[in-house]
Amino acid sequence: MRRRDLLKSTAGFAAAASLGGFGTRALAQEMPTFTPEEGASLRLLRWVPFVAGEEEAWNTNTAAFTEATGVQVQIDQESWEDVRPKAAVAANVGSGPDMVMSWFDDPFQYPDKLVDVTDLCTALGERDGGWYEGVKAYATQGDRFIAVPLCAIGNAICYRDSHMQAAGFNEFPTDTAGFLELCKAMQANGTPAGFPHGKAVGDGNNYAHWLLWSHGGMTVDENGQVAIDSPETRAAIEYAKQLYATFIPGTESWLDINNNRAFLAGEISLTANGVSLYYAAKKDAALAEIAEDLRTTNLPVGPVGESVELHQTSTLNIFQHTQYPNAAKAYVAWMFEPDNFNRWIEGASAYCCQPLKRYESNPVWSSNPIHVPYSKASASLRPNGYAGPLGPASAGVMADYVLVDMFAEAVTGQRSTDDAIANAARRIERYYRS
Amino acid sequence: MTPTEMRAAAPDRPRARPLLRRFVESRNGLGFLFMLPAAVFLICFLTYPLGLGVWLGFTDTTIGRPGVFVGLENYAWLFDDPVFLLAVFNTVLYTTVASVLKFALGLWLALILNERLPFKTFFRAIVLLPWVVPTVLSALAFWWIYDSQFSIISHVLMNWGWIDAPINFLGDPGAARASVIAANVWRGIPFVAISLLAGLQTIPQSLNEAAVLDGATAWQRFTKITLPLLTPIIAVVMTFSVLFTFTDFQLIYVLTRGGPVNATHLMATLSFQRAIPGGQLGEGAAIAVAMIPFLLAAILFSFFGLQRRKWQQGGQD
Repeated sequence: MRRRDLLKSTAGFAAAASLGGFGTRALAQEMPTFTPEEGASLRLLRWVPFVAGEEEAWNTNTAAFTEATGVQVQIDQESWEDVRPKAAVAANVGSGPDMVMSWFDDPFQYPDKLVDVTDLCTALGERDGGWYEGVKAYATQGDRFIAVPLCAIGNAICYRDSHMQAAGFNEFPTDTAGFLELCKAMQANGTPAGFPHGKAVGDGNNYAHWLLWSHGGMTVDENGQVAIDSPETRAAIEYAKQLYATFIPGTESWLDINNNRAFLAGEISLTANGVSLYYAAKKDAALAEIAEDLRTTNLPVGPVGESVELHQTSTLNIFQHTQYPNAAKAYVAWMFEPDNFNRWIEGASAYCCQPLKRYESNPVWSSNPIHVPYSKASASLRPNGYAGPLGPASAGVMADYVLVDMFAEAVTGQRSTDDAIANAARRIERYYRS
Repeated sequence: MTPTEMRAAAPDRPRARPLLRRFVESRNGLGFLFMLPAAVFLICFLTYPLGLGVWLGFTDTTIGRPGVFVGLENYAWLFDDPVFLLAVFNTVLYTTVASVLKFALGLWLALILNERLPFKTFFRAIVLLPWVVPTVLSALAFWWIYDSQFSIISHVLMNWGWIDAPINFLGDPGAARASVIAANVWRGIPFVAISLLAGLQTIPQSLNEAAVLDGATAWQRFTKITLPLLTPIIAVVMTFSVLFTFTDFQLIYVLTRGGPVNATHLMATLSFQRAIPGGQLGEGAAIAVAMIPFLLAAILFSFFGLQRRKWQQGGQD
């Protein structure tokens, strides 16, 4: 990026802030100002929104940006699984969208094709209470920001309160041992739990990573050396086997939607999901009883002693092939204007958890107790491929369902614990070779 | 004339026609010109992608990063990879069982439809339905039929009191394989049946009549007349059927994505999983290329094994 394009004057920013809202003027001198290039226009490739409110807020903010700066922004949507290959091709051939709203490790698949956004992100972090460590890790290489952390899509336990109480629990257990007891009691009552052991991209990976990490396991160490073969992994698998024994039959075939369907049909009373499950129940009058009875909480803490989860995370990446890097940065800065960003977080009705600590106080989190666990997603989020570096290897291991398969092989008895670990180790080794 | 004399004589000859005109007017030249569009089309859209795929299989290309030549490294890894070997086993099992069933049931259906039936045209149209419905839609319907909690089959059987718990159609490896094969057979039968029906109608009725006069039983007429005369069309139909089945993707992707624990992963779905979401283009291409020998074997078998034989024209093999 060309430093001389980066105007440190505050005049432009103050003008923008007066259009954007309140409260930022006093801090304005800390924010760098990005003046869009003459005649700039932008194309953003984003994932298809999960909720209409989120899309509306994003588009409203975008329209206001266009009005304030004259920069047209075209927003293209792709289903969330197709964003990754499209963005990779765009980065590779050097044309296509100027910016992409991507998933997980994507910035690390093409780090040298991305515009350095350290100036913008450092200023945002300083102004807005700092980035959460987990989401920050998905966007930084060394001390450089190669992408702007956007949000975490939270995952949390959803359960039927009455069924938990009927099983003899007044409070939801906060540790893995108590959680197992709860699942056993709920199974005995005919109101079992269910977590996917099938090829569920989101829910299956969330569950498998939680199993491994909550017991202190890791796929690779800090240097990218395979570290899956450990007593911690064994403990995680043994725990998973005991949990699996309490599940409703058939979870090894579950894809992402199955646990939602089973929960809403009253077949299971405990699973983990995004907030969408609650809204599906709430919108359907026939499911009022379930919506009323539904509670959410964070996944229990394991022997590792802290809440660690994968969740899903998204970053905004600006490609170097864009002709208008300053316009792109100005756009991002605009979207992160506190008024605008608050509007967006609120519109997303607890699907999207903020990357900056300032937004913990967003009214969406206090508006409904169901939302509360999802507000902690960014705090408990641990980057994929822990404890190794992010990149094509970590992305490949997740996309190839290595951990999901390892647990599924062991819990269904298809392989012994040792064989399942050995198989996973081979596959991880392959991705991290060279 | 020696070459030297020819060169010496050339200037005395009448002026040669322009090269282009000579080329266009010659039989071979014109043929070449007419063939050119098809050749360009084939090279651009078939040979080049296939060649590129084969090349990618020898590299460690990932999405977003051009790879380097690694020789047979991808193949060495794959032949040591239990998931890949399982996918090969699944693919062969899936193709064999589904093709045999599709052939048997398809031929049976064709024979029935070839008889004098009331509403014959109507039935023939109905039979085509599974083939007409987009695969993804019928796969989604099967997804519900096989759901571990809401299966209509389990529901009915439980109501009848035959079973106590829902059948774990897609959760148990054996049941999952049987389920996806059943769905594939359901979808593939119409193609086989209608094609064989067309073949049956080309068999001259006089042959059957002559055989009846000679006292041949229905079974004898089927084995001595119908089947031999149908062999060429069976060869073509089954080649296509095997190819479609071997390269099936949509059904598995919708129903199981290869689960439970890879028990229904086919080579096509594994190739996609590793190449596109996984980003390992080189390895994905190697899996796709590994399908080619199987496909070639299937084609060669049906062409040389089932094609028109001399005895069908009255000669000896």
